[in-house]
Amino acid sequence: MADFLATLATGWEVIRFPLGAALCLAGALLCVIGTVGMLRFPDFYTRLHAASITDTSGATLLLLGMAMMAPDWMVVSKLGAIFIFIYLTSPASSHAAANAAHTAGLQPLIGPVDTHDKEGQDS
Amino acid sequence: MTAAALIAVLFGMLLLLIRAIAGPTLYDRVLAVNSFGTKTVLALGLLGFVMGRPQFLDIAILYALINFVSTIAILKFFRYRSFQVPLVRRGQGGGNG
Repeated sequence: MADFLATLATGWEVIRFPLGAALCLAGALLCVIGTVGMLRFPDFYTRLHAASITDTSGATLLLLGMAMMAPDWMVVSKLGAIFIFIYLTSPASSHAAANAAHTAGLQPLIGPVDTHDKEGQDS
Repeated sequence: MTAAALIAVLFGMLLLLIRAIAGPTLYDRVLAVNSFGTKTVLALGLLGFVMGRPQFLDIAILYALINFVSTIAILKFFRYRSFQVPLVRRGQGGGNG
């Protein structure tokens, strides 16, 4: 049993750096995807959706990958603190932004996109 | 590999600056700055791992705290045009508020 656990620990030491790097790359890719969505989407509310991709999936994958590559448990606890804080505050700030925009009278784009293009109404 | 992830996150921050400058409405800019702050936290953590000094995570925690507070403060300011919202007591004549 102890031999098996030692083998498992050795295998984990081998595998954690490639796995963490792959998770970091996936998270960074999601960050870039969310940013491109923020540049290309036509409306504030759709841009809000694109921005929340970065806050949820991108941040989660990046922090998980960094926690796999962490040298000691102090770093893991700090990464967990950042994770919990982002998960508590990101929906709150998104809701505050959407609520402020809706209260100020910013209307979302509705209807098919083709009519907006034909009528010449840009975003 | 963490260096590649750091470069990707920095590229995303660069694209977000375009949206923050050219945003048509005010709320686009606020949203871009908020997302920029989240990416700053991630980039600081990755920078610590690239340089081999994970103590940068303390600064990342600080940036996460300041980002949330500044977003709420900016939105409240543009909602009420003042940081000191006048509190009106309900039922001003009766005093039973």
